Amino acid sequence: MLASTLSSGWFLENAWLIPLIPAIGFAFIIFFGKRMPQGGSEFGLLSMAASFAIAVGATVQWIQRVNSASSEGEHALGGFFGFARAVLPMAGEEGGHSAAFVEPVVRTWTWWQSGGLEFGVGQHIDGLSIMLLLLVTFISLLVQIYSTEYVSGDRRYTHFFAALTLFSAGMLVMVLAENMIQLILGWEIMGLCSFMLIGHWWEEAANSRAALKAFFTVRVGDVGLLVGTAVIFFGANDWAVERGSNGFSIRAISAWALSGEASNSVLFWGGVALFIAAIGKSGQFPLHTWLPDAMAGPTPVSSLLHSSTMVVAGVFLVARVYPVFFVGFDILDTAVNLITIIGGITIIAAAALAFVQDDIKKVLAYSTVSQLGYMMLGLGVGAWLPAVFHIFTHAFFKCALFLAAGSVSHSGSHHSFDMKKDMGGLARKMPITATTWMISTAALCGIPFFSGFFSKDEIIDNASHNGYQFFYWVGLIGAAMTAAYMTRATYLTFFGAPRGAAAGEHHDDHSDAHDAHAAHDAHDDHDAHHDDHHGRHAGPHESPWRITAPLVILASLAIFSGYLNAPAVGTHYFTDWVEPAGVAVAADHAATATDGEEHALGFAALAAEEEGGYSEGCGFTTPEDGTVCYAPKLSHAEFAWSKAAPSIVLVAFGILMSAWLSMGVFGDRKHPLKGLTSRSGIARRGHAFLVNKYYLDHLYEGVIVKAVAHPIAKAAYWINQNILDGVVNGVGRSGRATGEWVYRNLDQRVVDGAVNASGLVASETGHALQPIQSGKVNQYGALLFGAATVGAIVLILVNI
Amino acid sequence: MNALLAADVNVAQNVGFYVIAAVMLYGAVRVVSTRNVVHAALWLVVVLGGVAAQYVLAAAEFVAISQVMVYIGAVMVLFLFGIMLTRATIGSEDGLNNRGWGLGIPVALLLAGTMIWVVVDQYRGTVLESPEGPMPTTALSDVFLREGLVPFLALSFVLLAAAIGAIVLARKD
Amino acid sequence: MYAVNFLILGALLFSLGVFGVIARRNAVMVLMSIELILNAVNVNLIAFAMMNNSAEGHVFALYVIAVAAAEVGVGLAMVLMIYRNRRSIALDELSAMKG
Repeated sequence: MLASTLSSGWFLENAWLIPLIPAIGFAFIIFFGKRMPQGGSEFGLLSMAASFAIAVGATVQWIQRVNSASSEGEHALGGFFGFARAVLPMAGEEGGHSAAFVEPVVRTWTWWQSGGLEFGVGQHIDGLSIMLLLLVTFISLLVQIYSTEYVSGDRRYTHFFAALTLFSAGMLVMVLAENMIQLILGWEIMGLCSFMLIGHWWEEAANSRAALKAFFTVRVGDVGLLVGTAVIFFGANDWAVERGSNGFSIRAISAWALSGEASNSVLFWGGVALFIAAIGKSGQFPLHTWLPDAMAGPTPVSSLLHSSTMVVAGVFLVARVYPVFFVGFDILDTAVNLITIIGGITIIAAAALAFVQDDIKKVLAYSTVSQLGYMMLGLGVGAWLPAVFHIFTHAFFKCALFLAAGSVSHSGSHHSFDMKKDMGGLARKMPITATTWMISTAALCGIPFFSGFFSKDEIIDNASHNGYQFFYWVGLIGAAMTAAYMTRATYLTFFGAPRGAAAGEHHDDHSDAHDAHAAHDAHDDHDAHHDDHHGRHAGPHESPWRITAPLVILASLAIFSGYLNAPAVGTHYFTDWVEPAGVAVAADHAATATDGEEHALGFAALAAEEEGGYSEGCGFTTPEDGTVCYAPKLSHAEFAWSKAAPSIVLVAFGILMSAWLSMGVFGDRKHPLKGLTSRSGIARRGHAFLVNKYYLDHLYEGVIVKAVAHPIAKAAYWINQNILDGVVNGVGRSGRATGEWVYRNLDQRVVDGAVNASGLVASETGHALQPIQSGKVNQYGALLFGAATVGAIVLILVNI
Repeated sequence: MNALLAADVNVAQNVGFYVIAAVMLYGAVRVVSTRNVVHAALWLVVVLGGVAAQYVLAAAEFVAISQVMVYIGAVMVLFLFGIMLTRATIGSEDGLNNRGWGLGIPVALLLAGTMIWVVVDQYRGTVLESPEGPMPTTALSDVFLREGLVPFLALSFVLLAAAIGAIVLARKD
Repeated sequence: MYAVNFLILGALLFSLGVFGVIARRNAVMVLMSIELILNAVNVNLIAFAMMNNSAEGHVFALYVIAVAAAEVGVGLAMVLMIYRNRRSIALDELSAMKG
């Protein structure tokens, strides 16, 4: 209907090629990579370049489509109105641009059928997926170019590129996913590849441990994904089948959640389960511990994982089925909800941890965790677009920061990542790296006119706009902390006196270098690699062009990408292109709802009091009969410099404070703060608390595992020793044992008293049980079947 | 239990059933009680053959043939190889049973009693109609390649994994 | 023919198999007893297929046969490995699972 009037094109219709090409590239690398002159990396590069080209084409055509939709909407609104039943007036829109609904380009094919259920595979192209397709292919391409230099000479060079390519393919499958099953497929491919990539140098125990930790921690969350998908499926399927779809389709789920017919508790628990998956994947607070350890992987992997792929997957999941969360968690009607709590805790907790890291990559890792907290917070407070925009800008500057850190270690600090030991004063030796680092840092800190400012500030602003006053302050404090820890890292790396390897000191023997590395999980050292570079460079120098070129490109994007949606200068392209319009449109399936009665959703009453026309629109009132909503109607806070002022002031304060402290603590001059942790007990304890990452790892491994596993093992052992064997033994020996027990008991009771007797009983039982220790398997079998039979009898008796 | 005296149904079929069932049960008792490992394996052949015969009575020809080929053809050979390779005594031996084997009797009796009670309670008097002919193999293939396709594929992987796993486990190194 | 005939036969075979699993000391014998159990299940499946006059019970029985074949293959490989390492397949001598 609407779609017929919208422009489309070959790239949009065939966007499913984007993940397919890297997947084929992966197969080529695996089968032929070793025989190729470049070890298979050419397949990876070519496939990513082809995907990127298609993604660019698709983006251009999507923009044309959006433009055609809005022009259509403007001059044909009168005639169109009745047909499309756009129930929404354009109130609350800034800039006066119309919010016509742009039909996503959806194509599906049957993947398999089972038990009357059809599982599809296909593409669902809307603003969100187009944005991520472009982002992921672009970053993957740059990272692959960078990797050709960074891991050259590695003994598993081919496998590295294979895993990298498949990893990108997995992310792209997920981004394109038309239904939840396909989303899970991509999600799991990524999980597997992240395991392979983080453990790329598995010869060192720390690396393979980190890979396992990442895999298992994320797996904890994945259970939530499966449960959530199932919950949503059983909730939505009947509604969706009536309309010619099914309960896995993302479009159907979104429409169902906003239809007013969905049960709130189903949405809530489905949302909670899906959010647990997002917590695991996106490294949110209780499950964030895997992410810093994942630094054990090669730097290109860290940068790919942390900028646009793996960790964004969780945020993407929430953004993708946003209506479920919007309705399930009553966003816009509460001052606090699960997403904002987790996001808020993550922002502050991770930023605090970033202060005490000596490893430059770990600072960046915690910074990523903290920024992901911002994205989650944005989604939680109803700032869908700023959160998605933050994914976009964050990808560029965080990728640039990681690649710069890799460049420093590659050429500046002799493969060390320790800021305190091996860096300092590198700004003069590595001007390009230092400049790009500082630009990206400025973007990350949210300094005005860099990209991060436009996205992060919008999130913070909208938190207050939508009534989440507390989280407004959390966001502000987080911004100040971000500025402070990044200033510390910048100072330690690029300013001050050169130390260790940065000063040109050579680690003469390898054991020295290895000792230093053994202190951290993360290091990118590799023997073959190491030797390769040993002869070539003596001191710090600038990296070759294959490393600096991606850096320069990313750093310029770190400045300019923000202007796609900079209210300060009046641009809102990103909003136009990405945000789905929260208007009800005619259901494109012939079947109509039988219950078309319009009734307000639960929270419309309160929402009506808010400004900005919140009283109606998708997510607030039930769509009219025959129409469906695909996205909730969200309003944006108006930008004003006066509202941005607090964050600018706090950021400036954070930078100045941290610069002053850094110079004082790490500089040459004497300073009262120097050695504070060795003098003040409170400071030392606080420092230890942070260095130990809030003791969460201890909690997981030491306390929970011990508390859960040990008592169970002990209880099982006790039952085994005292009851099970006793039962078995009892059959044969009870007569004799009882006789002996009675005899001894009576005898001893007279002579030595009860205490002695009970000791003897225990000892006698122990001796008597010893011959029965054998034949365990059969005994287990007997108990299993016996218990099952008894259970069955109980059930039968109950049901009679 | 007059349910077992199925007077109103095909007599030849019933007689066949009882004869075969009696042989099978005797064979099964011997499998779990004989003192000779090889004899146990041979008695197992009797039981499995009896099961195949019952399938024929129940009009499940294809399953019966599969039963003969897979169990009597392949599985039994495997068992005999297993017995030989582990150098079990060919003659009778003591100690084939556990010391606590007596526990099996009450468990098995309890289990049998429960199941028979439930089955009789639920299906007393239910008559299986004599099928017109054997279940056509096309009907089976329809199920296999339609609703049962995904389990079928999964099963293929199980078999592949089992083949690889058996090789890995039994390899000498 | 009455349905209970098949079902009672299945129940008896099953119980005999369970007895074998519990009583037998030799690992190969235990595997044989497991075969008895699986066949008992198959007898029931065929009976139910006849009762409902559908092919699905047959298909299930075939699945069970295939799984049983896999189980015997892996099981005997494990028995062989245990025998090679310990020169014995008496289950009561394998007490590494002892708590």
